[in-house]
Amino acid sequence: MAGVTLDTVRKVYAGNVEAVKGVSLGIEDGSFCVLVGPSGCGKSTLLRMIAGLETISGGAIKIGDRVVNEVEPADRDIAMVFQNYALYPHMSVYDNMAYGLKNRGTPKDEIEKRVKEAARILAIEPFLDRKPRALSGGQRQRVAMGRAIVRKPQVFLFDEPLSNLDAKLRVQMRVEIKRLQRALGVTSVYVTHDQVEAMTLSDKLVVMSGGQIEQVGTPADVYRRPETRFVATFIGSPPMNILPGKVEGPGRVSVGGQMVNVTDMREGLAPGSAIEVGLRPEDVQAGTTGNSTLTMDVDFVEELGATQLFHGKVAGAEFVVQASTGQLAADTRSLTLAVDPQNVHLFDPQTTKRLGRQI
Amino acid sequence: MVENRPYRDLMAYLVLLMGVVIVAFPVYLAVLGSTFDAATISNGNMPLLPGDQAGINYSQALLSGGRLAREPVSMMMLNSFIMAMGIAIGKILISILSAFAVVYFSFPFRKTAFWIIFITLMLPVEVRIYPTYKIVADLGLLDTYAGLILPLIASATGTLLFRQFFMTIPDELLEASKIDGAGPFRFFKDTLLPLSITTIAALFVIQFIYGWNQYLWPLLITTKSSMQTIVIGIKKMITTQDALTEWQIAMTTAVLAMIPPVLVVIFMQRLFVKGLVETEK
Ligand SMILES: Nc1ncnc2c1ncn2[C@@H]1O[C@H](COP(=O)(O)OP(=O)(O)OP(=O)(O)O)[C@@H](O)[C@H]1O
Ligand SMILES: [Mg+2]
Repeated sequence: MAGVTLDTVRKVYAGNVEAVKGVSLGIEDGSFCVLVGPSGCGKSTLLRMIAGLETISGGAIKIGDRVVNEVEPADRDIAMVFQNYALYPHMSVYDNMAYGLKNRGTPKDEIEKRVKEAARILAIEPFLDRKPRALSGGQRQRVAMGRAIVRKPQVFLFDEPLSNLDAKLRVQMRVEIKRLQRALGVTSVYVTHDQVEAMTLSDKLVVMSGGQIEQVGTPADVYRRPETRFVATFIGSPPMNILPGKVEGPGRVSVGGQMVNVTDMREGLAPGSAIEVGLRPEDVQAGTTGNSTLTMDVDFVEELGATQLFHGKVAGAEFVVQASTGQLAADTRSLTLAVDPQNVHLFDPQTTKRLGRQI
Repeated sequence: MVENRPYRDLMAYLVLLMGVVIVAFPVYLAVLGSTFDAATISNGNMPLLPGDQAGINYSQALLSGGRLAREPVSMMMLNSFIMAMGIAIGKILISILSAFAVVYFSFPFRKTAFWIIFITLMLPVEVRIYPTYKIVADLGLLDTYAGLILPLIASATGTLLFRQFFMTIPDELLEASKIDGAGPFRFFKDTLLPLSITTIAALFVIQFIYGWNQYLWPLLITTKSSMQTIVIGIKKMITTQDALTEWQIAMTTAVLAMIPPVLVVIFMQRLFVKGLVETEK
C-alpha cells in the first residue's frame, strides 16, 4: 500500500491552456480522496497525470516513496475505472479482467483465482463468459471495478465512474464502492462533479476550481467551515445563500438594516465596511425565536417530498429556505427567519475568502 | 410502407424484374453459351435452354485452353487468384498498419504523411503507369507475381477506411490497455485487430474483386503466356475476326472467371455478418 503525494503539479496543454496550476496535496495511505469541482476545473487532468496518461508539465507526483513522473502507466501500480468503463468489447468479462494480469505474465491458475475472487466480491460470477455488450450499465460498471481490483494495485483511480448510471443505481454503487474500498484498504482517488457523491464517499475532500485547490478537508469540515465563497456555494444542496451585508461591530453584521449576530467573525473588521453573509437554506429556522432575525418575501414553493424549498428575497437578494413539509403553510407570503449565530458564514466581497476567526 | 395497394406492388415488382433481367440475361447467355458447341453458337440461333456440351467445353477450357489463349484456363485462374489475393492481403496489411501509425502515434509530419497517402487517391495505376512500369522493369519484376502485385498494393482507400474506423474507437480503450500493460504492438494485436474484423472483411471483398478484374497492368507487364491472368485470357480468346473466335470456350472462360469473386462475396458475407453480430465498439 502507498499514499500519493502531489508537489506543485502543473499541466499546460498545447496552446498554453493551463489546466492545473500548481496543486500540492498529500493523500494518506488507504484513504479515500475525492476531487470535486465544476466542469473544466482540471480534476480529470489531475487524475490522468497520477495515472500516467498525461505528461506532467511541472512539479512531482509520488506514489509511495517513488517519484513517478517518468514512469509508464503500467508500471505505476495503479488501476483506473473510466467513466465509459472502457471494457474491451471483443473480450469476455473474464478476459477483460484477466488481460492486465496476462500481460504481466501472471501464472494462469493465479489469474483464475483472482478473477473468480473479484467476481465473487462483485457478484458478477454468472456473467464471466459474456461479452460486455450483453451486460447492463451497472454490471459493466462492476466489471470495470473487477478489472481494477484483480490487479491488487497500490492506488485506485476513478474518473466519474457512476455518471452513466441512473440515479438509483448510482446511490447503490456509491455505497458499494465505499464498502469495497474500506474492505480492501486501497488508497483511492475519485473524481466527480457531484457534490453528494463527494461528501458521502470521501475521507478527504478536495474542492477544485479553475485548476487550483480551493479547500482540502474532511467532508464535515468543508461543509461547516467553507474557506471561500466558491466552496460555500458549491458544497451543499441547495447551495448556500449569499446576502450583501455590513459590518456593525464585533460579532454583529446587518443585512438590509436587520441585525444578525455572528459567532465566527474575524476581529478588527472596520464597522461600516461591506461584507458577504452566507446562510445555508437548511440552517435558518422559520420562527421568531432569538434576537437575530431576517424577514423574507416568498415568491414560490418547491416540493421535494420530505422537505419544501421556499424561494424568495431577503433584503433584495435571492434567498432559499428549506423546511420540513407541513412545518409552514404552502401559501406563506412572508417569513421571519431566526438565524443561529453559529450558522453564519462571512466572506470578503473582494477576495471571496472566509472572514472567520483566525485559528 | 403501410399502404397496401396491389397495383403499386405489381408495378414495383415489374420494375425490379426488368432490372434483374437486364443484369442477369447476359450472364445467363454466357452460361448458356458454355453448354453448346461452336457451330450452334455461330449459326446465330442459340436455343434458350442449355445444351449438352458443358462437360466437353469446361474440361477443354480448364485443361488445355483455347487455340488462341494457348494456356489452360486453370492456370490463368491460378494466376488471377494469386494476384487478387496478393493485392487484397497486401493492401489490407499496408493500410491497416499505416492507419495505425497515423492515428495512434504522434511523429513529426504526421499530418503531411496522411495527406500524401490521401493524395495518392488521385493516382491510380493508369495515371502513373509509365513510371511504375519503368521501376518494375528496372527491378526485373516483369513476368513475376511480385511485379503483378506490388504496384497495386498501395491503397489510400484502405488507409482512409481504417483511419476513420480507428478514430471511432474510444481513447479510453487505448488508455485502459496502457494501464493493463499492453504496449503498442499488443494493443494492435489484442484490441484493434479483433475490432477491425468487419472492416477487414469488407475491404477484402472489394480489393479481391479489384485485383481479380485488373486488365491494363497485367497486360503490360506479363509477356509470357504462363503468367497471363484470366481477364487477359478472355480478351485474347475474342479476336476481331469473328470466325476464329471459339465462342464456346470464351463463354466458358467468362463463366469460370465469375466464380471466384462470387465465392469470395458469399464466404466473406458470412464473416461480415458474424463480425457485425459479435463485435461492437
Ligand atoms: N487535450 C487537451 N488539450 C487542451 N486543453 C485541454 C485538453 N484536455 C483538457 N483540456 C482543458 O483543460 C481543462 C481541464 O479539463 P479537465 O478534463 O481536467 O476538466 P474536468 O474538471 O475533468 O471537467 P469535467 O467535469 O467536465 O470532466 C479544461 O479547460 C479543458 O478544456
Ligand atoms: Mg473530467
